[in-house]
Amino acid sequence: MTLNDLWFLLIAVLFTGFFFLEGFDFGVGMATGLVPRNDQQKRLMINTIGPFWDANEVWLITAAGAMFAAFPHFYATMFSGYYLVFVFILLGLILRGVSFEFRGKAEGKGWTGTWDACILIGSFLPPMLFGMAFAALVKGVPIQQNMNLKAGFLDVFNGYTVWVGLTVVGMCLMHGLTFISLRTIGEVRDRARVIASKFLPVLGILLAGMVVWTYFATDLFARRGPFMYVAVAVGIVAYVLTWYFLKQRREGWAFGMTGAIILLSFVSLFVGLFPRFMVSSINSAFDLTIYNASSSPYTLKNMTIVAATLLPFVLGYQAWSYFVFHKRLSEKDHLEY
Amino acid sequence: MDVLDLARLQFATTTILHFVYVPISIGLSLLVAIMETMYVIKKKDLYKKMAQFWGTFLLINFALGVVTGILQEFQFGMNWSDFSRFVGDVFGTPLAIEALLAFFLESTFIGLWVFGWERLSKSVHLICMWLVAIGTMLSALWILAANSFMQRPVGYGVVNGRAEMQDFAALLTNEQLLWEYPHTIFAAIATGAFLVAGISAWKLMHKKNMDFFKPSFKLSIIVALICAIAIPLFGHGQAQYLIKTQPMKMAASEALWGDSGDPAPWTVIANIDPDKQENTFEIKVPFALSFLSYSKFSGSVPGMKELQAEYVKTYGPGDYIPPVRTTFWSFRIMIAAGCAMIALALYGAYLSFRQKLEGSHRWFFRLMLWGISLPFIGNTAGWIMTEMGRQPWTVFGLLQTKDSVSPTVVAGEVLFSLIAFTSLYLILTGVLAFLFARTARKGPDMEPHQHTVIHDPFAQGGDSIDVK
Ligand code: HDD
Ligand code: HEM
Ligand code: HEM
Repeated sequence: MTLNDLWFLLIAVLFTGFFFLEGFDFGVGMATGLVPRNDQQKRLMINTIGPFWDANEVWLITAAGAMFAAFPHFYATMFSGYYLVFVFILLGLILRGVSFEFRGKAEGKGWTGTWDACILIGSFLPPMLFGMAFAALVKGVPIQQNMNLKAGFLDVFNGYTVWVGLTVVGMCLMHGLTFISLRTIGEVRDRARVIASKFLPVLGILLAGMVVWTYFATDLFARRGPFMYVAVAVGIVAYVLTWYFLKQRREGWAFGMTGAIILLSFVSLFVGLFPRFMVSSINSAFDLTIYNASSSPYTLKNMTIVAATLLPFVLGYQAWSYFVFHKRLSEKDHLEY
Repeated sequence: MDVLDLARLQFATTTILHFVYVPISIGLSLLVAIMETMYVIKKKDLYKKMAQFWGTFLLINFALGVVTGILQEFQFGMNWSDFSRFVGDVFGTPLAIEALLAFFLESTFIGLWVFGWERLSKSVHLICMWLVAIGTMLSALWILAANSFMQRPVGYGVVNGRAEMQDFAALLTNEQLLWEYPHTIFAAIATGAFLVAGISAWKLMHKKNMDFFKPSFKLSIIVALICAIAIPLFGHGQAQYLIKTQPMKMAASEALWGDSGDPAPWTVIANIDPDKQENTFEIKVPFALSFLSYSKFSGSVPGMKELQAEYVKTYGPGDYIPPVRTTFWSFRIMIAAGCAMIALALYGAYLSFRQKLEGSHRWFFRLMLWGISLPFIGNTAGWIMTEMGRQPWTVFGLLQTKDSVSPTVVAGEVLFSLIAFTSLYLILTGVLAFLFARTARKGPDMEPHQHTVIHDPFAQGGDSIDVK
């Protein structure tokens, strides 16, 4: 494995980790519009992700930093080419982040109502738009010879990308619902589980549609046939098991399965892309790859040493923080947010 | 306005606003960590209340620091893609390390701190806040390492039209960084300290919770005093270094068109005419610029006209003079803020140690409340001087601002995002001020917390029945 391969892998891991972790707190954010029956229940839900959402978001920041360092052309092309998409992703992330903190710091219907709305918008927009952006980049966007990209409206906004966006939103919502049922007790836990069961068929349709449409719209199946078929098969198993564990009220396992669905989707995406980062719809010679987009070997080597030294600690203390807060919350607990 | 101007305006507004919250986070997390340390050592509940009360300000502010920071991280790619392509090899590394080393640390441990009061032992809880404080300072170190490269590129070579890193260690031992980092960090800590001192003074003026706000004032004014003295010391070092590496910036911040003569006087104020390249009115202090630049009372400082001629020879034809008025005045505003900070901190420390805080110093307390704004003014002016004074370069001597901007982005897009982000930031800053005022008015919560019920999905019996 060359260092270029390794850094492709790391960036794939960072994005996949981001969607797995931030996926559930996007989902919890969206579920604040569905599950709670009163304000206390809503606060309870927000508190389940209280200690985690910021650190989860850092996975995205690290992914962007790693792109910048290891594949500056990927970073430059993607972020400038998808300009408006990222503007709206950022607006969503900004609104969401402050809302968690601000919501509980004053009273009044207008006050909480405003931040509640921001949580909903801010939890929906980023997964939707990231889904669309990733769908567009495998389908192909008009990258020119000099690596510059100006994604037109229809490059990002078409049937396929919108479908994938909605599917990502659906996966996050499902993941968030199982997370709530795992982290709470009482009415919230039961309602979250019931709603998850009801929503499961919708997610099934979204996922099935995404797989079929991906088959026709992209070259993922053509390039990586065997892997993709195995991934789809495992995905079906995870989907069925989600249904089973929800029925059995084994929420920890159900959460594992919704997570597995997210992991499989993003792993398939990156396996299918490799060794490309972005597919050019103009000419495959203009694709951004791990070779033409990369930094110098010296930089990659330094970055590898740094990452190998730091990552174990980061993973260790993040895991510890999940352990510290593994206990269920109830409406009677002291709620910070 | 074209894309370039809009992108510059957007970078300036978003970064200046990010740097309104950043110093509060750096300063307050350190102060809160000190307060909690006193609680753990002295076991007095007062210090716990202090950590919690001032911690509330930290948390409200931290959220804004975080969300505005994400935008910073994306902005290089969005608005400055040619810059990102050119320096990514060198510049991306500190940014990635910052995320791995600092952002993970601060975000994870602030979560543990907020939600961990009842779940962690006292000393582990304390360590969490120290890790947050260290995290914020590490984050500053790496981002400033990146910024220092832009002020003075080191450890690189230009290969195929891109800057490639050749010596990683040089990036960290960049002398620019060795001055810039302590100057910025002390300024940031001072920002937190003046915030705590200002709010405490206001409470003392209204004779509220004296037993709480007196120690708060005392602690913060000591920190403020140390920082207020350290800032100009490192600033002086920076000025001396500046004259060697970016003489044009120094000349612009002195509005020095021609050679200063030996010994060089320092211009206090001037009426600058950039078109005619002269000053129509000046007030000068003899010897002072020589001292600022060389720590002795002799030596001349080159002026902009001769530097311009020199730069044309080195870099080819072009206009290498930065916006003189802005650079000149922001330098003076920064220094004025610094002098006022020293005066306030000295007098405050004097009152504090002479036990005279009870007395009738309403005017002083009111001044301290206004004094909260001084570090913000200094920070903003300092950055404007540093960044504007570097123009027309983005990376000094290597890449000009006009060649940094994204070629594919159109003016309408940048205008839209500029308006969206600026108005959102301003609204959120308003909310922040409102919440700060509200929290301050309410004062500390002196009642003991009730204990919480804990439900463990993984424990034996009880709620664990359903979950494996
Ligand atoms: C001298 C200090 C300093 C400076 C010059 C900057 N920052 Fe910053 N930044 C911090 C010091 C800091 C901090 C103290 O670490 C923050 C503020 C509050 C916080 O939560 O962390 C932060 C937050 C923060 C975050 C969010 C981290 C999180 O989610 O926890 C990002 C992505 C950035 N910054 C990125 C940037 C970029 C790309 C900058 C360059 C233009 C920048 N910052 C300037
Ligand atoms: C937080 C404190 C900072 C403030 C307040 C600040 C302020 C500014 C301002 C006012 C400009 C516009 C100058 C002009 O266009 O005339 C600018 C430009 C720029 N700064 Fe900074 N800056 C800060 C920190 C940084 C850091 C840490 C970096 C890099 C890591 C950085 C990178 C840039 C870049 C890339 C530009 C390009 C645009 C240009 O040159 O106009 N800045 N900054
Ligand atoms: C009173 C004497 C001071 C002196 C002599 C001084 C000197 C300087 C100099 C020369 C620079 C530009 C460095 C460069 O462009 O490379 C600078 C930048 C800066 N100053 Fe000051 N300063 C003083 C006070 C302050 C105060 C009171 C604050 C804020 C509380 C402050 C905050 C900053 C910041 C944030 C920067 C930009 C970052 C940097 O380049 O370090 N300064 N200062």
